[in-house]
Amino acid sequence: MKGKVWKFGNDIDTDIILPGRYLIYTDEERLSEHCMEGLVPDFKSKANEGDFILGGTNFGCGSSREHAPIAIKGCGISAVIAESFARIFYRNATNVGVLLLEAPVISKVIEDGEEIEVDMEKGIIISESGKEYEFKKLPPFMLEILEAGGLINYLREKNE
Amino acid sequence: MSTMAEKIFARAPGKGEVVAGDIVMADIDIAMMHDLTGPLAVESFNKIGTEKVWDPSRIVIPFDHQVPADSLDSANNHILMRKFVEEQQIENFYDVKEGVCHQVLPEKGHVIPGTVIVGADSHTCTYGALGAFATGIGSTDMAMVLSTGQLWFKVPETIRFNIDGKLKENTSAKDIILNIIGQVGADGATYKSCEFAGETISQMNISDRMVLSNMAIEMGGKTGLIEADAKTYDYLKDRVSGENRNRLKAFIEKSNLNTDLDSEGLEMIDIDVSDLEPQIACPHNVDNVKPASECSDIEIDQVFIGSCTNGRIEDLRDAAKILKGNEIANDLRLLVIPASKETYLKALDEGLIKIFVEAGALVSAPCCGPCLGGHTGLIGPGEVSLSTSNRNFKGRQGSPEGQVYLSSAKVAAASAIEGRIAVPK
Repeated sequence: MKGKVWKFGNDIDTDIILPGRYLIYTDEERLSEHCMEGLVPDFKSKANEGDFILGGTNFGCGSSREHAPIAIKGCGISAVIAESFARIFYRNATNVGVLLLEAPVISKVIEDGEEIEVDMEKGIIISESGKEYEFKKLPPFMLEILEAGGLINYLREKNE
Repeated sequence: MSTMAEKIFARAPGKGEVVAGDIVMADIDIAMMHDLTGPLAVESFNKIGTEKVWDPSRIVIPFDHQVPADSLDSANNHILMRKFVEEQQIENFYDVKEGVCHQVLPEKGHVIPGTVIVGADSHTCTYGALGAFATGIGSTDMAMVLSTGQLWFKVPETIRFNIDGKLKENTSAKDIILNIIGQVGADGATYKSCEFAGETISQMNISDRMVLSNMAIEMGGKTGLIEADAKTYDYLKDRVSGENRNRLKAFIEKSNLNTDLDSEGLEMIDIDVSDLEPQIACPHNVDNVKPASECSDIEIDQVFIGSCTNGRIEDLRDAAKILKGNEIANDLRLLVIPASKETYLKALDEGLIKIFVEAGALVSAPCCGPCLGGHTGLIGPGEVSLSTSNRNFKGRQGSPEGQVYLSSAKVAAASAIEGRIAVPK
């Protein structure tokens, strides 16, 4: 996976990812139009398919709204990389098929706008200048859930 | 030698004893979803393809976030949820008239100590104040619960806050929890079960205990537990019905669910609140906490007294005591929203609503109000809100260029009179 980095700070909360006034929608298309809009207006049109969101600590804190990871998914983001994630967001993101990668100090070494590469097999993030940073590898069942596009698709595939 | 969380999860099938870090598949006692998170959960439930929910008597659906409907989209969401209630014969449905979910569930007797409760709302941790392991989940997890009645959990480690000392007259439970969050940080308790214990908690009424548990999520906590005691029983005894009544009595009398202080890995933090001053969480993080006395230059456009954190009768009494005979500042808007119909009726009976209206407040019917910036009382660019709710994130109450400060009802009322953040006398 290769893409551009959209870097945000620590404690990126679910109100920033998707403000409360848009929770009346449930479809990915409409939700994603408002993703991150408090910090980057028109984020969806600016981000390219395959780009990465980079956060510091406690990414996704706040509400249990699953609308937040759905909005990120709808922007075509290939992974959210952060030093740590909030609990409910972590579970919701996996459940809807958004890849989250946890890597220590990553937000201090990668800059906004950098083109990076993620090697899932080796478990490394490669910076634009070629430096390698390890992330916590995911267990196989989580990769299967993500490949299926989320928990429900995964369960349906298993049942077929 | 186990914590409350471990003991509660030990009831999970096939598990004699569990310890923090274990993954358990737990039976769910109560599942809650509301008008805003319900539609996604119902969509996911339909995708799974199970025809009937696991147990319509264990599902609770209150409407509170957008009541009454403020747009066609929310009216449609309400229609979808009412249809689901009818089709699935959900037994505990509270339409627009009843109030905020986290107030309605305890009031209507759905929260029993020692049970496992999940809600599609992060402040579900509020019910921990009555000794239930209650936590917020997303819509996909809720769909799984609706289908199977079960959900997997990692049994959390515990941080126990031992709180001692008598609060000063101008402070309240809100100041305690803001102070704690300021100390441990917005991710200081991530994945952990927070417990509130000590002499201050024993003396505290259920309403104030709920303030503490409600905000456990603001430090990343999975739940905010308080050991059930005689006060818990007194609060619940006339609210539960049938068999639950005997179960509750037996539980309180013979409970062995309290945390053993020699539990392995138990982290304890001692807090003395005797000298605590009124606290403010400043924009845009709940852990950005300062004494209110350091914020007196902050001018305010809107004050909101309400929400699942501080919209109960005790909060309204606190506010009315300060507002009585006073008028709010010019150019300031004061919104007072009782958390439930029960609270609203009590406030009417006690003459509190008259005090608010005479002071210049707008009083609305029970709902979440401006707390989540999705329904009513939004703030515009450059505006400042002082709110008794639980989050001050950028854009939380409307414009991302607005600013939200958090406080107790006492500070909110005193500040509404002054037009700037004020310390109640």
